[in-house]
Amino acid sequence: MYVYKIYMLWNMIELENVSKSYSTGAPAIKGISLKIENGEFVFIVGNSGSGKSTLIKLLMKELEPTSGKIYVNGRFLNNMRRRKIADHRRDIGVVFQDFRLLRDRNVYENIAFAQRVVETPIRVIRRRVPAMLALVGLSEKYRSYPKELSGGEQQRVALARALVNNPSILLADEPTGNLDPKNSWEIMKLLEEINKRGTTVVVVTHNREIVDAMNKRVITMHKGVVLSDEKKGGYLYED
Amino acid sequence: MKISTIGYSSGQGIKNIKRNKLFSLASVGTIAACIFLMGLFYSIIINVRHMITAAEESVCITVFFDEGIAEDKIKEIGNKISKRIEVSRLEFTSAEEAWENYKVDYFGENIELAEGFKDDNPLANCAYYEVYLNDLSMQSALKTNIEAMEGVRSVRASDITANTLSDFAKIVGYISLAIIIILLAVGIFLISNTVMIGITVRKEEIRIMKLIGATDFFVRFPFIVEGIIIGVVGAIIPIVVLMVIYNKVMSYLVTQFTSFTSRISFVSSNDIFAFMIPMALIIGAGIGFIGSMITIRKHLKV
Repeated sequence: MYVYKIYMLWNMIELENVSKSYSTGAPAIKGISLKIENGEFVFIVGNSGSGKSTLIKLLMKELEPTSGKIYVNGRFLNNMRRRKIADHRRDIGVVFQDFRLLRDRNVYENIAFAQRVVETPIRVIRRRVPAMLALVGLSEKYRSYPKELSGGEQQRVALARALVNNPSILLADEPTGNLDPKNSWEIMKLLEEINKRGTTVVVVTHNREIVDAMNKRVITMHKGVVLSDEKKGGYLYED
Repeated sequence: MKISTIGYSSGQGIKNIKRNKLFSLASVGTIAACIFLMGLFYSIIINVRHMITAAEESVCITVFFDEGIAEDKIKEIGNKISKRIEVSRLEFTSAEEAWENYKVDYFGENIELAEGFKDDNPLANCAYYEVYLNDLSMQSALKTNIEAMEGVRSVRASDITANTLSDFAKIVGYISLAIIIILLAVGIFLISNTVMIGITVRKEEIRIMKLIGATDFFVRFPFIVEGIIIGVVGAIIPIVVLMVIYNKVMSYLVTQFTSFTSRISFVSSNDIFAFMIPMALIIGAGIGFIGSMITIRKHLKV
């Protein structure tokens, strides 16, 4: 049992023949099997409708697979009890294309909120949030509200929020989708830096230029199946 | 949940009220309107019941005795009657007292005209008991029972008055219960809708909380605090308004309709609000709590 657990921890994410069909009957993912090891940096690429976002939702336990098994960070997601889902999500940092910041709270409160959720003592929050703001280069803007920030700045706040609890995995769903090239590169450099510190990073993206330039593992999806999985690959699929 | 988290979540509940001023005002207004109507009906109903009870208490059965009956026998009959559970009190009027009362009522200022009857009481055999009941619906049965007693010549009772008052009290009871149930149901429906609009607006916020790893309780707690505060504020406003209105109306009725108010009495403001204040606060907080719980439930499935 312990050996299996250690094996599962080495494989940060493991999917065994996972399929997901929506209530309309249309399959979003068809029999996917893949392993992502602890500390890897992985791009998941593919055109719209390829199943990339469904895959992220399955890993977040937002969706249930129709069939197959999913393990994340040593946890078997399929039969996970409802009250354990919160614990699972606390191990995962998540960044979205549309940032999803709490609009009525300032930058500091948005990042601190992720720590409030896991009941972190206030003295730790006071130490940790400024450290995260420094990491993403927003120390000066801690009192600003999301609407006062540029897209790139908002994404950096989202990144700081995702990282503040030291997650084992960072899932980024189109993190550069709403950003200009300059900001996109800054975000990607941050993700690379976070990965170097030991966090497993999974990035879903459309951005061919970034994928080609970063020379990381690339999983290409098309119509719900894995088309290719290259250790140091580029953006294969033509939109 | 840590105490510091409870403090933080409660603070968030209060902040939510400020952040969503319009929704909070709409919710407070809805609860206030419902509790105001409930309070208004309660005040009216309590006063109507008070008047009915007063009227019921003034209705009595009059018991007359056989001619020449001994005083001991009258006392024995009195004891038997007063032991019955439906009897609230018994008042005895002797033949002499009956004549004195009659003289005052009949001769008025010319009481000297009654001097002719000085040694010959025309009401010599008219001593009587006035029997007052706890429950007027028992009057008919009690009358039959007293009539069967030895030494009782006749029993007079107004069945129509008793039945009318008894039926009226029942009708008022049913109507008041129905109105309060309807208002409570309308209140919960309106609150659920108002809370639902508020929560739908913040659906994305709830979703973000859940994806970050918030437990259901962590997400729900500020909404519950918010709901209870809105409910309590929504209860306090109509209570204050009703207290002012009630006192004004009572003083207006007493000063403007003296002949009317001398014959009937109203329930005092203290008696009404001693019950209404805690009830309104409980109902307000309860509606806010239930409304929040029901509405947020379906949004937690993220």
